Amino acid sequence: MYKNLMHKKPRCKRTFSIATFALACMVSTGSMAATDSAVLAHYADMAQAKYEDSLSTAKILDAAIDTFLANPSQAGLDKAKTAWLAARIPYQQTEVYRFGNAIVDDWEGRVNAWPLDEGLIDYVDVSYGTQNDTNDLYTANVIASTSFMVDGQTIDASRITPDLLQNELQEAGGIEANVATGYHAIEFLLWGQDLNGTSAGAGNRPYTDFSLHHCTNGHCERRQQYLAAASDLLVADLEEMVANWSSHGQARHALEEGGTQAGLSTILTGMGSLSYGELAGERMKLGLLLGDPEEEHDCFSDNTHNSHYYDAVGIRNVYLGTYTRVDGTVMSGPSLSELVMVENEAVDAELKVKLDATIAAMERMVARAENEEAYDQMIAIGNEQGNAVVQEAIDSLVAQTESIERVMASLDLDGIELEGSDSLDNPEAVFQ
Amino acid sequence: MLSRIYKGVIVLLMASFLLMVAWGGHQQGLTQSIVRERTDLSAKDDQRVQAITKPTEDFSQAESFETMQGGAATSRKMINRDAFSNPSANLTFEEEEKFRLGNALFRKLWVTSPSSTHASDGLGPIFNARSCQSCHIKDGRGHPPLGRQDSRSMFLRLARGAITDQERQDLAQGKVLNFPDPVYGHQLQDLAVPGLRSEGRMVVSYTQHPIELADGTIITLRKPKYQISNLAYGPLHPKTTLSPRVANQMIGLGLIEAIHPSDIMALADPDDEDGDGISGRPALVYDKKTSEITLGRFGWKAQNASIRTQSAEAFAGDIGISTPDLPNSFGDCTQAQEACLSFPTGVQNHLGDTEAPDPILDLVVFYAQNLAVPARRDVDDPMVLRGKQLFYQSSCATCHTPKFVTRRDSENPAQSFQLIWPYSDFLLHDMGEGLADGQSVGVADGQEWRTPPLWGIGLTQTVSGHTFFLHDGRARNLIEAILWHGGEAEEARESFRNLNENDRRALIRFLESL
Repeated sequence: MYKNLMHKKPRCKRTFSIATFALACMVSTGSMAATDSAVLAHYADMAQAKYEDSLSTAKILDAAIDTFLANPSQAGLDKAKTAWLAARIPYQQTEVYRFGNAIVDDWEGRVNAWPLDEGLIDYVDVSYGTQNDTNDLYTANVIASTSFMVDGQTIDASRITPDLLQNELQEAGGIEANVATGYHAIEFLLWGQDLNGTSAGAGNRPYTDFSLHHCTNGHCERRQQYLAAASDLLVADLEEMVANWSSHGQARHALEEGGTQAGLSTILTGMGSLSYGELAGERMKLGLLLGDPEEEHDCFSDNTHNSHYYDAVGIRNVYLGTYTRVDGTVMSGPSLSELVMVENEAVDAELKVKLDATIAAMERMVARAENEEAYDQMIAIGNEQGNAVVQEAIDSLVAQTESIERVMASLDLDGIELEGSDSLDNPEAVFQ
Repeated sequence: MLSRIYKGVIVLLMASFLLMVAWGGHQQGLTQSIVRERTDLSAKDDQRVQAITKPTEDFSQAESFETMQGGAATSRKMINRDAFSNPSANLTFEEEEKFRLGNALFRKLWVTSPSSTHASDGLGPIFNARSCQSCHIKDGRGHPPLGRQDSRSMFLRLARGAITDQERQDLAQGKVLNFPDPVYGHQLQDLAVPGLRSEGRMVVSYTQHPIELADGTIITLRKPKYQISNLAYGPLHPKTTLSPRVANQMIGLGLIEAIHPSDIMALADPDDEDGDGISGRPALVYDKKTSEITLGRFGWKAQNASIRTQSAEAFAGDIGISTPDLPNSFGDCTQAQEACLSFPTGVQNHLGDTEAPDPILDLVVFYAQNLAVPARRDVDDPMVLRGKQLFYQSSCATCHTPKFVTRRDSENPAQSFQLIWPYSDFLLHDMGEGLADGQSVGVADGQEWRTPPLWGIGLTQTVSGHTFFLHDGRARNLIEAILWHGGEAEEARESFRNLNENDRRALIRFLESL
């Protein structure tokens, strides 16, 4: 069993920081033995690299937006859109860190919240409706309004600033659909509403919506302010998360503090929760169940296929310990896979096959999205072929989670939260 | 403890006997409907359960397992606005998917039919909300209207007592809980689909009532008065009463459902035989599906025995959506509201014969069963421990029962055999005239309310951004909520009123740590 074997392995003392350990061991060899501590250290290093890449691409996006706003043109808008799409690639690969790591989960809503009631931000089509008892701010249209009401209080919005977006508007009134910040708010401002339902086409906002001289749809100066503020905020939020994973960062510290067993469980929980409940379930199966084009993650840009694909890539690279950075360099280190291989070669092989199968299914979905029809068309009721392609990706995600559970069992990590329950010193103890 | 259990058994037998007489004794399985022993436990486990659930007498340190107030299902996620929205920590990945799908459906906006999104229409025709989340904002508790147009998370229940002999008989037999208004139905719907008039608008006005604490501090309570303006379908029936209800917080419901009924029955003392001034009556309700008497434990009057019933009724009454359990697509429209009944329903025959066919209700119920209780904070802070001691000494814990161990044979393993700390006996208590709504619901009279669980109460500000408490949010903070206690809780309230400022603070600090 895993527990007995662990004693034979070289282990670092708990008092060592993971980063220190990693440094000390990295010097000797690039293909060092995969101890659980080393695996955790590399997991944290990969998180840092992924968030650094998310940050650097967000900065490119921010610069593209600044250039575009300084002199609005179709070419400038297209460049900003391209930068947004590129920024999604590393970010989606970080999502596998969200579920096991409380600090990431706590922060995530600021950058990737979805779905959003876009009428909060800007003008919308009449078909969107004007009233919603769920959300007083359904059509608040902050870009067109210098003040608005939240729970009976007047909020001054005479200037649109990062502070206004983050502290007053985001989730205003406790309504989660009031998404004022993050990738999807920026996406809406760049693309506009996708009014094509489950037919072809993404959002098609004119660049003149940001033009101070030939302004379309009014309030172009405030629209500029909004886009600039949202993009600044995205950079600031990502800087915060990079810091959380750097050598003395809180996320790294929390991982280290929990001990190696809990740390390995964190990796696998993140993989399993993203695979099954979040991606296969809420983001994909629900759309098929309801046949609703609103059930699409990157709905304004029609980029949902990539968003799902890079989630799956992130799940696999966390297991294999190999991440291709945005500059093309490959970082590789002690992986969970190697650790599992020692305990149970068959289970490791099985999970690798399943992870590859998911990537293959996702690639078919991406190919279909790029060559035949967009994701929102694939999930339309009655589109048998499109539905089947999405269903195949869902099934492979579910299948890989079953293997993730076997990995947890082989490492003796199932039910880890129940361990030590008789200890009175343990504040997380539960009666059994 | 033993004498209470003994009394509980007697009560149970009496209750069963009375109900058997009332129902003519023809219902099968009557005595099995409420098992009076922990048949789910071995003798050894039963002993352990009795030992661990015994109220503590040691306030010098925190108790074992106290932090994890929802047992292994407790959420250890960070405390933020989403603190009530996390899944039970001990779910499998597959169950987590059910939870997330349920969450999406809980958030889902239902639309007027006919619409292009066939799977989402059927709203109303009259309704209070377009989604579950509209009222259960962030899965937390609702609040009274904050502005003229705001009545999102509170509505008026309409009901009257029996008038005819037939009605009296139906009531006695438990077939109904009370009688709806003949025109407006069971509740006032302040919204309607386009082309139909909504029923009216709830109007609240408050009068101020100062209360002096023993140390001279004056606390002003606000007493609400409820009226309806713009009644669209003529006057209410003269006997119809109005009962305001805020949406309840959603955490720990599956754990409450998994408390063994005999553990709750054992706490009942309807005739106050122990002479402590506190009775406590079980809300026995008739389950139409199984024709059995069962123990109500959900809702302000404990009128619903299961989360499923509560959810199906909310779908029908609040949103106007039919489910396989309550296949009424017209929601709360009455026969007197002809126009309402003439609107199209959202039933799509190829999907099922209700507006929300399977598996929608299953998923929403699973979600509601698995919203985790957050871990407690600061359990060993000296002030919290002092407050806890005062909570026990002031008899708060007599009704706000600290602990239970859930049944081993619960429907979902995540809720099985967990030591939980809801701080409620889930019984009905006379809370005095001040809090009375004058509306009887089943066995609960117009002065009786269910003891609400207190877990999570300290996170109300964090999650919901307010501190409005009690059934209609009249209390603006915990002190006011305590001072509103009357009837059986009068003695406990007086104990609080007599505390010095430091002790008052400590008691509140304890509540805030829950």
